[in-house]
Amino acid sequence: MLEVENLSKSFGGLKAVSNATLQVPEGSIVGLLGPNGAGKTTCFTMIAGFTKPDSGSVRLRGKDITGLAPHHICNLGMIRTFQIVQPFAGLTVEENIAVGAYLHHHERKEAMAVARDVGKRLGMGTLLDRPASALTIAGRKRLELARALATGAKLLLLDEVMAGLIPTEINEIVGIIRQIRDEGHTFLMIEHVMQAVMSLAETAYVLNQGVMIAHGTPRDLVRDPAVVEAYLGHGAAQRLQEDDHA
Amino acid sequence: MMKLNSTGQLVLILVAVAYLLGVYFISSPVWMGFTINALIVAVLALSWNVTGGFGGLSSFGHAVLYGTGAYTSAILQVTYGVNAWVALVAGIAMAAAVGGFIGALAFRYGVKGSYFALVTLAFAEVFRICAASFDFTGGGSGLQLKLAPGISNIQFADRTVLYTFLLAIVVLVMLLTAWIKYSRFGAYLVAVRENEDAARALGIDTYRIKVLAMAVSGAFGGLAGVLYLQLWLFIDSSIAYGSSVSIEALIGPIIGGAGTVWGPVLGTLGLHLIGEGAKTLLSNAPGLNFVLYAVVLICALRFMPNGLVGLAGRIGPFAKKESKDA
Repeated sequence: MLEVENLSKSFGGLKAVSNATLQVPEGSIVGLLGPNGAGKTTCFTMIAGFTKPDSGSVRLRGKDITGLAPHHICNLGMIRTFQIVQPFAGLTVEENIAVGAYLHHHERKEAMAVARDVGKRLGMGTLLDRPASALTIAGRKRLELARALATGAKLLLLDEVMAGLIPTEINEIVGIIRQIRDEGHTFLMIEHVMQAVMSLAETAYVLNQGVMIAHGTPRDLVRDPAVVEAYLGHGAAQRLQEDDHA
Repeated sequence: MMKLNSTGQLVLILVAVAYLLGVYFISSPVWMGFTINALIVAVLALSWNVTGGFGGLSSFGHAVLYGTGAYTSAILQVTYGVNAWVALVAGIAMAAAVGGFIGALAFRYGVKGSYFALVTLAFAEVFRICAASFDFTGGGSGLQLKLAPGISNIQFADRTVLYTFLLAIVVLVMLLTAWIKYSRFGAYLVAVRENEDAARALGIDTYRIKVLAMAVSGAFGGLAGVLYLQLWLFIDSSIAYGSSVSIEALIGPIIGGAGTVWGPVLGTLGLHLIGEGAKTLLSNAPGLNFVLYAVVLICALRFMPNGLVGLAGRIGPFAKKESKDA
């Protein structure tokens, strides 16, 4: 569904992302992992059209969308959420979701109906009339997801929707994501919470210092020496192995 | 036309409506004349409300729209002998075009916040200086319409008819404002105000929305300018493009409640009442009303950030509507 090829971006002398390539098949949940500063979010901003890549291409359902404006890309059915949640603080939860719903429902009545429906599906039925600013962090993360879903987008790029949540909240949102996927959506998610990645993602890519260093099932990835080194430092894989043998 | 959510707001609006209707019965030319002026400013305030209230695009130069409407109409009528109604439409269209142009220029380069305020102020000043310099705008002596009462010239000999006409226009602009508020365009505009990045991610062409808002605001502002011209039959550069016009445009909505339908009108009426009271009390010291406005503005920003409408909204709130789901 989404094909990213050789995406590169430099800020000044720093190569934030270099030659990143990844594929997201329709109906799958794909993880994008990597330590802090690896370039994951930069990757997302380029895919979603917020920054232009220096080189490389992004194709959505075979159509080249490299460098298109975010609202064009959203119209084509791909949407991103933000790592640092960005609610419309002055609006109610329902109105927040309705902004997303307006994309394909131009009438207020329809947009509001879609917003309520999406809100209820994500378990926010009782919060609809609350101001978004009154939500907890878990509520705001859920709101990001609800708004994105209300646009009717089929491919959702989730940027750390589980960061900062407690385990029960993570379990809830994992269930929600799985349910949304089963309704015919596709996910590409940046995630640090390994519990979530392991239980959700079929495959994952690992980015380190702007370079894709590994790709595979989450189970394989945690055993991959390159991945272990990326997270735990040079020589860590070897030390672990020695510990195992000892 | 507006969801009321408290007794306070209901009372506030009833008082305003009672006042506006009461003017018919008081039959005092002073009150009538004063309210007529306030109504024209209210249209200008509603214009600012579209960009500044809904869109969070605080303009400090709405005089550029007001003046463009007034000058366009005046030039067409005085120089080319065009019918006043046609000139009115042309004035609105021209002001909308200027608004759209300023928006397109400013937003193309990502100007926002106080920088946007400065850009609009600069435009208003440039237009003011140009209007004072060129011949076709009457230069320093301004433009004077011929006195020719009659509905075809939008000149009313009878003050009551004039008042009714202006009241109808204010109601019309308020209805349009309510329509914007509850439309997709309005929702998008508010989304841009609240968080532009999130708005872009949700598929909103924020540039287009902002330019459109400036054009709509331009249309309302131009209308206010034309109304002023039709009332006083005279404009010059400082009346049309002066910074006091820009201040009047923003102060009413901020005090009344920006981003609401009633706020700009209530704020403008309230301020003019205070200003008029001060003038009477302080034996007509000119310009003193602006000092008072400033004090009221500071108090409003400190104590009622959501304006009169927001303040009234906290008095006796109606019961929350029941959540439909369990």
